[in-house]
Amino acid sequence: MDVIDLGWWQLAAAALLVVALAGCTAWARLGMSRSLLIAAARTVIQLALVGLVLEALFAAEALHWVVLMAVGMLLIAGREVMARQKRRLLGGWAFGIGTVSMFLSSFSVAVLTLTVIIGPEPWYRPQYAIPLLGMMLGNTMTGVALALDRLTDTAWRQRGVIENRLMLGQRWQEATGDIRREAMRSGLMPMINAMAAAGVVSLPGMMTGQILAGSPPALAVKYQILVMFTITLGTGFGTLAAVAAGSRRLFDGRERLRLDRLSAPG
Amino acid sequence: MPTPDTLRLDGLAIGELCPVTLAIASGEILCLSGVSGSGKSRLLRAIADLEPHDGEVWLGDRAQSSIPGHAWRQAVMLVPAESHWWAERVGEHLPDATPADLESLGFRPEVLDGSVVHLSSGEKQRLALLRAVSRSPSALLLDEPTANLDDATASRVEAWLRERIRVRGWPAVWVAHDMAQIARVADRHARIQGGVLETEMEGAWT
Repeated sequence: MDVIDLGWWQLAAAALLVVALAGCTAWARLGMSRSLLIAAARTVIQLALVGLVLEALFAAEALHWVVLMAVGMLLIAGREVMARQKRRLLGGWAFGIGTVSMFLSSFSVAVLTLTVIIGPEPWYRPQYAIPLLGMMLGNTMTGVALALDRLTDTAWRQRGVIENRLMLGQRWQEATGDIRREAMRSGLMPMINAMAAAGVVSLPGMMTGQILAGSPPALAVKYQILVMFTITLGTGFGTLAAVAAGSRRLFDGRERLRLDRLSAPG
Repeated sequence: MPTPDTLRLDGLAIGELCPVTLAIASGEILCLSGVSGSGKSRLLRAIADLEPHDGEVWLGDRAQSSIPGHAWRQAVMLVPAESHWWAERVGEHLPDATPADLESLGFRPEVLDGSVVHLSSGEKQRLALLRAVSRSPSALLLDEPTANLDDATASRVEAWLRERIRVRGWPAVWVAHDMAQIARVADRHARIQGGVLETEMEGAWT
């Protein structure tokens, strides 16, 4: 059942190949070598650091450390959601709506999965809690960011249509029906595609990892299905909350479209 | 059918425009003119409560701020200079249009089955008027309702609108540039000059 150990010199060999790739792109003047090398360096540093953190976390196995780690991950995800929007809601709303909807969906689904379905002892055992939350947050973040970006950008482009519908006496919910549907769609599409392609086109990363680590494929498959469902739940409910709150924020108490609440792109 | 009401602006202020106080009686057409950029359209948007503004608007004894935004806009219907269409077919926007109305604006009933992408700007403008009127408002705000129309069609639309406004008793604000049109339709004429709205009595501009 033991995994073959990876030495540092084996990683160095792989790194050397990345450097070679960067050399090739530099030689062909494709201008990607710099960002490629920086990204590769970031991977090494960030993963090495998180490895240290996880070692400490697993050794301590205390609830407050797990919570602290989870909150840190959540805040970074919230910042990322905000940064990925072209026209974001001003006054902290872009960060607030993204973070709160990710918190509500990811955290509740993760806690529910840990306590009711997997049931490790104790329920917050970091070996289960942190990877599960990490996978959910990563995907929920993508969904929420895509949905909010689509929502605000479409509202901006279609302001004429929305206002014309308001002029005809429609409620804001009715006037934005189409763009809220669009936003939900772009938030959920990546996950629906991933589920549809799982096992046929792509072998999901977590399952592959478990099989490499020596788990029987049947168990790895069960875990993968569970993780895909929890990710879909997290993404779905997170996107739902973000679209509901974000579209409400586009209108004021008099149901007027308030595009002055969006930042200019750039 | 809602009872005819007076539309009253009470210290309504938006943008550069000085506060406007005036009343438009049931069935009365107030024509509004002024150079472009003087704030005519924004004033209409404030009356329809589409933009934050100061002051109050009354429709009969109902204050703008006392009823929900969508209910106010359903009653005080603004028809913008440029109309927008969201559904695929024309008819989806006009569920309550009658063949008689379509005919008086120069359309055959089949226009409802067509796609909105095939409409010309003049057709869009006439259908936008019909779309607004068929939602039974209580007051009408018209932003250059005949701007994209040829003369013959314009006078047809003009007559249809005047007849509708008189019969239903809607107070109406009508933004227009053409002095001949203003002379034909207006009961009163108001001009925005230097950020101030000045009303003139009937016949005073001739």
